[in-house]
Amino acid sequence: MFYFVVQNTMFFLIPLLVVALGGLFSERSGIVNIALEGKMLVGAFVGILFISTFQDRLPGQPILLIALIIAALTGMALSFFHAYAAINMKADQTISGVAINMFAPAFAIYVSRAVSGHQQVHFSDQFRLERVPHLGDIPLIGPMFFQNAYITTYLGFLILAISTFVLYKTRFGLRLRACGEHPHAADSVGVNVAKMRYAGVLISGALAGLGGVVLVVPTSTTFNATVSGYGFLALAVLIFGGWRPLHILFAAFFFGFMQAIAASYSGIDFLRNLEIPAHFYRMSPYIATLIVLAFTSKNTMAPKAAGQPYDKGGR
Amino acid sequence: MKGDFMDKFLKGSGLSIVSSVAVVIAGMLLGFIVLFISNASQAPAAIVTILTFGFSSLRNFGDVLYFATPIIMTGLSVGFAYKTGLFNIGASGQFTFGAFVAVYIALNFEFLAPPLRIIAALAAAMLAGALWAAIPGLLKAYRNVHEVISCIMTNYIGMFLVNYLILTTIFDPMRASSQRVPPSTHIPIWGLDSIFTDAVRASPLNASIFVAIFSALLMYIILDRTTFGYELKACGLNKDAAKYAGINENRSIIFSMMISGALAGLGGGMHFLSGAGRTMSVADVLANEGFMGISVSLLGLNHPIGIIFSGVLIAYLQRGGFNIQPLGFAQEIIEIAIAVIIYFCAFVLLVRTQLGNVIAKTAAIFGNFIKFGADKSSKSAKSTKGKAV
Repeated sequence: MFYFVVQNTMFFLIPLLVVALGGLFSERSGIVNIALEGKMLVGAFVGILFISTFQDRLPGQPILLIALIIAALTGMALSFFHAYAAINMKADQTISGVAINMFAPAFAIYVSRAVSGHQQVHFSDQFRLERVPHLGDIPLIGPMFFQNAYITTYLGFLILAISTFVLYKTRFGLRLRACGEHPHAADSVGVNVAKMRYAGVLISGALAGLGGVVLVVPTSTTFNATVSGYGFLALAVLIFGGWRPLHILFAAFFFGFMQAIAASYSGIDFLRNLEIPAHFYRMSPYIATLIVLAFTSKNTMAPKAAGQPYDKGGR
Repeated sequence: MKGDFMDKFLKGSGLSIVSSVAVVIAGMLLGFIVLFISNASQAPAAIVTILTFGFSSLRNFGDVLYFATPIIMTGLSVGFAYKTGLFNIGASGQFTFGAFVAVYIALNFEFLAPPLRIIAALAAAMLAGALWAAIPGLLKAYRNVHEVISCIMTNYIGMFLVNYLILTTIFDPMRASSQRVPPSTHIPIWGLDSIFTDAVRASPLNASIFVAIFSALLMYIILDRTTFGYELKACGLNKDAAKYAGINENRSIIFSMMISGALAGLGGGMHFLSGAGRTMSVADVLANEGFMGISVSLLGLNHPIGIIFSGVLIAYLQRGGFNIQPLGFAQEIIEIAIAVIIYFCAFVLLVRTQLGNVIAKTAAIFGNFIKFGADKSSKSAKSTKGKAV
């Protein structure tokens, strides 16, 4: 049972981690990104549509990898619109985010209906790794991380490592962070703020799109034009994680664990005996978010320039 | 004289209206293009339906107004918050909460005579919406939690909580939704059914549309004609300056959110006591009216009167969209178009300034041309004079 909860936690942790890291790139460059939900949804839709269409013609794992790449590209394409509105048009970033969030489910349903006549996209889960060779046999760690797993789990940790490296150990990362903290200072030393912010938003779109597939594949076999608020939860993870990659991992773990409990509490004797209605378990991640935010927001770690359009003539 | 009028028109509401209309046309054009791409042969018929359905009979227009009512209310909710510097993305949860409380009272408070019960239900719906919105308000005021994220969370909490409450109190297993409220607790129709009708049946339009319009007027008066509203707006414009001027900024934030929530809650209550046999379904879906409220408010430029018109417009398009389904299109095309409309709304300010510039430039060129002509004639008059001398 313990292993089951850990494995389940992974299914929720990884998408939250990946999407929150996406949000991190965008907000660290100075663009608030409440469109994560929409980007995630469209990425998931296109990725799952691809899987469902080509499933019987291509082998197992490669098709998942291709779907992930396609989802990332789709998320990127969609976030271009967000970037254009926020950077070139200096628009209200929350509003263009709302527009994308509204567009995403409508687009998924419309296209799905036009293609197949149904709103749902079905696929079969052929990507589960029963037991990773050798690693799955390690006691304790094996059953926790290398049995009943997906390659997306390892991809998630890889993305975390790369993101941390890029943000803190490369010139690009330093410049990106500078644009989110003090774009004028960055500009004065020759950093192209618009370009950096485009990079941040496009990376966030790619990760969000990818995160959509990462969420849907292990947890379902149908995609019904929703990612159930995970994009918003990822945003909360980002804030809770104080805009820092490792803290985001812990925040994502916290939420992933809450979700795993909500999804599998009926199999845990202790929790089932408490006779708390299922709805309260499902509410718990959101309530926890509110409580955590209430205690951590007073001294916010948000990038200073996040949400403000960069105006060269401003001060 | 004429120039003055044009100037005033351009600087005031005229340009706003023009830019909103331009944004709507752009969104709809994109929607039509998508229709053509997905099925060119049926697209013209679908476009005609979208554009004309709402006006095709008085009953259909009554339906437009009926569906406009809840989104006008959530639009006012979002608009009120926006005017006071808050982005209330939580109208969905407030709407649902208000709806549940109203339906619960309509079903269970049998000790109240029906007319009183309707009033009690709607008052409680307002209160429920206000209390639900007070959570993000309090968190914003005292704990510095951004209202967007806390509103999103309260949306989901509200959805799960209301689902649970429906299941345990007013559930109808036959219909898998809440029980139907008794006809005596339906909001009065005031004879509207004899106007908005056709040969088959009447539209369910009822007095709640008047409540919506009245709420808009009240919002206008509060925000633009009272000290209280001025204080709320001042806090939205500059919290620190407002504090310096002696305004209690925390109180203002909480009041703004609560009024905003009350509007959404009332909208929810009225929508589910509207006599069309509407029941609250138990599904893990956030109430769409809340998000539509954002579109309505933005399109109406957050002005109460603008919100009435944009609510009707969006409901009009949605009714049209609903009726293109027999042609083989999904009604989501309207949502796609509305999403595009909001996207453009995000930089409507820029569109407005640029549109203003273009008009001003054209006017200036035109004006110069006239001036130039006048100069020329006066010059020539001078020169002839000179010659004469």
